[in-house]
Amino acid sequence: MISFSKGNTPKIVKPQEKNIENPDWIKCPSCRSIQYAKQLEENLSVCPKCNFYFKLSATKRIETLLDENTFEETDADLSSFDILKFSDTKPYTQRLEEGIQKTNHLEAIITGLGSIENTRVAIGVMDFDFVGGSMGIVVGEKIVRLTDKARLNHTPLILVSSSGGARMQEGIFSLMQMARTSAAIGKFQEQGGLYLSILTNPTTGGVSASFAFLGDIIMAEPASLIGFAGTRVIEQTTKQKLPAGFQTAEFLLEHGQIDKIVERKNMRKLLTRLLQFYSKGKMES
Amino acid sequence: MKNFLPFEKPLSELEEKIEELEQESISRQIDLSSSLEVLRQEFAEETKLIYSHLTPWEIVLIARHPERPKLIDYIRYLIPDYVYFCGDRHYTDDLAIFGAMGMFQSKPIMMIGHNKGKNTKENILNNFGMANPEGYRKAIRLMRLAEKFNCPIVLMVDTQGAYPGIAAEEHGQSEAIAYNLREIFQIQVPILVIVTGEGGSGGALGIGIGDKVLMLEYSIYSVISPEGCASILYRDSSKASLAAEKLKLTSHDLMQFGLIDDILPEPLGGAHRDHKTMLETVKKEIQYFLDEQTPLNKKTRLDRRMEKFLKMASYETSLNLYQSSS
Repeated sequence: MISFSKGNTPKIVKPQEKNIENPDWIKCPSCRSIQYAKQLEENLSVCPKCNFYFKLSATKRIETLLDENTFEETDADLSSFDILKFSDTKPYTQRLEEGIQKTNHLEAIITGLGSIENTRVAIGVMDFDFVGGSMGIVVGEKIVRLTDKARLNHTPLILVSSSGGARMQEGIFSLMQMARTSAAIGKFQEQGGLYLSILTNPTTGGVSASFAFLGDIIMAEPASLIGFAGTRVIEQTTKQKLPAGFQTAEFLLEHGQIDKIVERKNMRKLLTRLLQFYSKGKMES
Repeated sequence: MKNFLPFEKPLSELEEKIEELEQESISRQIDLSSSLEVLRQEFAEETKLIYSHLTPWEIVLIARHPERPKLIDYIRYLIPDYVYFCGDRHYTDDLAIFGAMGMFQSKPIMMIGHNKGKNTKENILNNFGMANPEGYRKAIRLMRLAEKFNCPIVLMVDTQGAYPGIAAEEHGQSEAIAYNLREIFQIQVPILVIVTGEGGSGGALGIGIGDKVLMLEYSIYSVISPEGCASILYRDSSKASLAAEKLKLTSHDLMQFGLIDDILPEPLGGAHRDHKTMLETVKKEIQYFLDEQTPLNKKTRLDRRMEKFLKMASYETSLNLYQSSS
């Protein structure tokens, strides 16, 4: 049990992954130590000095979880359109374009089929760098389609969340993705499908209040920010001081909201074991 | 009528005049009925004019009008012999959600909704209809109870959103809403959803899934409040009226998007001006829904409910909509 008494408060820091002047060296935003980029990458983008978790791109995440060269991406060509003709400080189309430039993907989630220690799984991984990992029509659609594939192929489903929530720029269409993803997952689970949900920093709003919290088993990376409402909104509404470590993975574990906190380097091993239990158990029945 | 909205200024002025004349007619005991009639006529015409070209922001204000019929008004009118139920069986009874069963034209129905208060005192007690996880858990428990009685469910949506509080997070607001989003698809009895006021985000959707979804004409349904959207995207919450326009949150928008089944027209000048007519409209609609649902077997109903939500706002449906609009 982690206590939140002084000195043990998980830090939420905005990571800056790249040092623009010298891309070989990266400054850890938490302990300010200078890390050699390549070494940091070998350590799965976790600071070797202070254990700070840098964001991981969806592609890298898939590499850390799946058997080499087993990932076959599905629905890679689905791309978003500006259904509400929305613009705020920037047009939505520009935000989409920037997301594509930043991630080399067309949307905030990559989905596909692959293997973990030779067990076939359907996996979806979100990328926070794409419009804050927000869920609009395409993210919802890719999750629905992936879940259907998992159901029809009788493979476990793994979703790795990293999202600020529903995508405001697609308005009510985004909200409805909460219902759609939950419906699809319900259908899958009702038929005995196993869904493992992995929460990473951050998982909030419409994503946490839909598919992310429907996992049969819910795991989180250390110190991830996880919650429904934004901290600023909670402070303004309640006029109360938020407790130390509020809405961190550790806080959620303490309050019975998740099963486990799992270090990045141990995630694949844990998934392997769970998948083994599941397939062996099924074989016996 | 005490509560006039900012854009109703001409109406408040007319009403003042009407009241003055009425007073005068009583105190001086003279017949001013013909002048009063003229003013009342003018009032009706002015109302018609104002309400014929409302901006999205003005609709937001009507949806939040303190004198709009509330859940308890509908319950008292539609199922006057109601029995209400309390508690989530885990932690507490969240008064932000209220649920009651009663006879509706000789058959029982269960009505569950956000419990906005009629005054400040009630609103403090009911947390302005902003539910904690316990509210969502009570709601799904009552839906299961309705299933046992084989009695259809009417869900009435009217909330700014799920409550953003410390305890709400500790007790799993995300899980509570997500759980409902999944489980309502399994509830075997007919479910009618009516958005009566504010359809605020996940907090609305948490009791917003059913076989048929209706919106009152001046209700709203949105992924985020206009104020919230403005403060995040424009870094300026005073741009709420602009955000209200961009978000496309009116009943007519949602109808056009194919995300709701119908719009229930409101009486002239909004539901708050004429509760009786509004309550009657809702009553007829519930009757119509029940007749529609009776011949369906359970499996067909559940399949259709699932299909309906999987299809709406899907990639294909939305893309078609997008292409036909541009």
